[in-house]
Amino acid sequence: MKLKTLTLALTATVFASSAAIAEDMTIVSWGGAYSASQNNAYHKPYMANNAGVNIINDESAAEAVAKLRAMNEAGNVTWDVVDVVAADAIRLCDEGLAMEIDHDAMLASAPDGTSASDDFGDLIVSDCFIPQIVYSTTFGYRTDKVGGTPPADVCAVFDTAAYPGKRSLEKRPINNMEWALLCDGVAKDKVYDVLGTPAGVDQALAKLDSIKDDVIWWSAGADTPQLLADGEVVMGSTYNGRLFALIEEQKQPVAMLWDAQVFDLDGWIIPTGLSEERTKRALDYVKFATDTQRLADQAKYISYGPARASSAPLVGKHEALGIDMAPHMPTDPNNAKNTFLYNYEFWADNRDDIDAKFQAWLAK
Amino acid sequence: MTDMTAGSGGEVLTTRDGTPLKAALAIALRREKMRALLLIAPLLLFILLTFIAPIADMLFRSVENDIVRNTLPETVIALQDWDSTTGELPDDAVYDALFVDMKAAVAAKEHTKLGSRLNYESPGIASLFRKTGRQVKKMEPGNAKEKFIEIHKGWGELNVWKTIQQFSPSYTDGYYLAAVDAKRTSEGIVSKPEAEQIYFTLFGRTFFMSVVITGFCILLGYPIAFLLANLPLRTSNLLMILVLLPFWTSLLVRTSAWKVLLQQQGVINETLYQLGFVADDGRLELINNQTGTIIAMTHILLPFMILPLYSVMKTISPTYVRAAKSLGANDWTAFWRVYFPNTIAGIGAGSILVFILSIGYYITPELVGGREGTFISNRIAYHISSSLNWGLAASLGTILLGIVLIFYWAYDKIVGIDNVKLG
Repeated sequence: MKLKTLTLALTATVFASSAAIAEDMTIVSWGGAYSASQNNAYHKPYMANNAGVNIINDESAAEAVAKLRAMNEAGNVTWDVVDVVAADAIRLCDEGLAMEIDHDAMLASAPDGTSASDDFGDLIVSDCFIPQIVYSTTFGYRTDKVGGTPPADVCAVFDTAAYPGKRSLEKRPINNMEWALLCDGVAKDKVYDVLGTPAGVDQALAKLDSIKDDVIWWSAGADTPQLLADGEVVMGSTYNGRLFALIEEQKQPVAMLWDAQVFDLDGWIIPTGLSEERTKRALDYVKFATDTQRLADQAKYISYGPARASSAPLVGKHEALGIDMAPHMPTDPNNAKNTFLYNYEFWADNRDDIDAKFQAWLAK
Repeated sequence: MTDMTAGSGGEVLTTRDGTPLKAALAIALRREKMRALLLIAPLLLFILLTFIAPIADMLFRSVENDIVRNTLPETVIALQDWDSTTGELPDDAVYDALFVDMKAAVAAKEHTKLGSRLNYESPGIASLFRKTGRQVKKMEPGNAKEKFIEIHKGWGELNVWKTIQQFSPSYTDGYYLAAVDAKRTSEGIVSKPEAEQIYFTLFGRTFFMSVVITGFCILLGYPIAFLLANLPLRTSNLLMILVLLPFWTSLLVRTSAWKVLLQQQGVINETLYQLGFVADDGRLELINNQTGTIIAMTHILLPFMILPLYSVMKTISPTYVRAAKSLGANDWTAFWRVYFPNTIAGIGAGSILVFILSIGYYITPELVGGREGTFISNRIAYHISSSLNWGLAASLGTILLGIVLIFYWAYDKIVGIDNVKLG
C-alpha cells in the first residue's frame, strides 16, 4: 500500500517535472476554421521539430489590441505571438505594443534566395507586421433568391429594386464607405481622396442611406454566413474564407460575388515586453511558420492566399475536400478582375472621425 | 459581571472594578465592532483591491492627459506664449524645441503613442507623427521650421499646433465634452454638428428602453410572483423551477434562441405565415431593432423582478385580504387598497435591480439590437476594445455611473430605500 502511494507520488513528480521542461508558448488567433488551419500547417509540424515547446492556442485575436495594452500596462504580457489584421498591427506598432521586425534578418528567405522583404513585397505595411495571408471582404448571395439574373457587380447591393430583400453589411464604416462611393459614380482611384473630405463622407452616407432599412448590420464574421444559410438576407459581406466554407463545405445555395472585393492582410506580431528567451522562441516560431512551404500549406485548409509571392505556385488541393484551392483564392486572376485596395494609412488617420459620423448616422 | 446594585440614587453605575458602566459598555461594543470588522476585513480588502481600485483608476483616465507634456516637454513650454488666434504659425523657437523633443521621443519610441492620442482630437495627426518620426532620425539641427514643414505639411497647419497647445495641460475636460457631443474651440465650448452627435441619443435611448423593459418586467412578473406565492407548495415549486431554469441557462444561449425565434425566417414569423396571418413579403421585423432588444432583455431580466416580488408577497398574511373582504370590500378593492400597497417594497426592489442591470447591459443589445436597439454600453465597449480611446470610454462610463447614482438617490427621496425589501 505504502509502496503504491510512493510510486504514484514519484510518477506524479516525474510528470510534473517533464511538463515543466516543455516550454509553453501562447499563440493568439481567431479561432474556428482559421485557427485549425494554423494548427495543421504551423503548430503541429513546429512542435514535432521542437519537442520542448508546447503551443497553447488562445482565441482572443478580436480583442488583441485592447488586451495587449492592458497586459502591457500591468507589466505581465502572457502572449508570445499574436495574429492580427494589418490595421491592428499598425495600431499596436504605434502604441509601442508590438516589436519592430527586421524582416530580412529575422525571417526565412524564399527557396530561390529572394530576401523575405522582396518576397512579401508591399504587404509589409508596418515595421512590426509579419504578413501571413491575404484575405478579402467580399459579397456572397443566395442563388435561389436573385431570380434569373445573378448580380455581377457590387452595386447590386445598392439596387433594392432589382434585388429586393435584406443585405448584411459590417457595422463599421470601413469597406462600406468605399463601396458606397464606388456605386455613387466615384472613380476607383479617387475614392480615398473623396472620402477624405467632409462632403465625401456625407456622399457615402447618403448612398448608404438609400438602403438603410434593408440592411442587417453584422459585427462577427460568422453572422453573414448564418444569415445567408437561414435565408434572412439575399446577399451579404464577409470574409471570403467564411463564404468558401459555406459554399463548398456546407453546400448552401450561395455564390461568390468577387466584384470590388477589398483585399486585406492578416499576419503575426510579437508583443513587446517579453523576456529575451521568450522573444527568441517567438521569433524562431515565426521564422518557421512564415516560410514559403508553411504558408502554402495553410492554403490546404482554408481559402486565404499566402502572403509570399513564392508560395503561390505551391498551393495545392484542399486537404479534406480534394478540390483545387487556387480558384478559390481571392488573388486568383478570375476572382481578382476588379479588386479594391484597402488604404491602411487613410483609415489609421481617419477611422475615429469617420466612425463617429457613421455611428451617428446609424443611430438615427 | 456588572454590579447592578450600586446604581441607587444619583451615583454613576460602575462595574465591579470601578470603571463607569457607560465606558465599560463602550469598550465592549468597540471590541464587538472590531471583531466584526476583522471578520469582514478579507472581503472588504478584496472588494477594495479588485473592484473599487480598478474603477477609480478607470474613472481617473477620463481626465488624465499627461502624454503631451511628457512626450514634448520643451515644445509645450515654448508653445505657452503662442497666440493661436493671430493666424500665424509658432516661431522658430517652438520648432527648435520640437526638434529636441522629437529626437528624444523617437529614441524612446513614444512619438507614435502621442500621435494616436492626438488623432482622437484631430484626424491625421497619427500619420503626421509616424512619418515625422522616421525622418527625424536623420535630421540635423538648425532651420527646424523649414525642415519639419518639408517632412510633412502638417507642421505648417495651424490646426495641428492648436491641438497640441489645447491638450498640453496634464488634465483635460476634452473626453467629457466629447461624451456630451461637444468640443472646445477658440469660441469656447460648442456642441458638435448634428451629423456627429451620438452620445445624447444613446444615453436617451438607453434610459428610455431600460424604463420600458422595467415596465414590462413588472407587468409580466407580478402575476407570476402572485401565483408563486399563493399556489399550493407542490405546484409553486414546479413553477419556481420554471422561473429559475432560464436564470441558470447561459445568457448567450438564451439570446441566440431569441434570434432563432424572432428572425424573419424564424419560428414565429414562419408560423404566422403558414397560418396566413402575414404575407411572405410582410413578415414582422421582430429582431435587429428595439423590439428585439426589449423582448430579449425583458425575458433575461424577468427573474430579477419575480424573485424579490415573490419573497415580499410570501410574507403578506392572507388574513389581510380576508379581513378587507369581511369588511365589505370587493375583490378589486381588497387587492388594490390592501394587497397591492403591501407589495410596493417588492416592486421597488425588483425595479431597481432590473433598471440598473439593464442600463449597463451590453451583450444582448449587441446581438439582437441591430442599429436602433443598441445601448450606450455598446459604444463604451467599442472605445475600450476597438478605438482604444480609453479616456472617452472612461468618461462615458463615469457619466453612466453618475446617472445610476442620481436615480438611486431620487428613488431614495421619493420611495425611500428602507422600503426596498428583498425578502
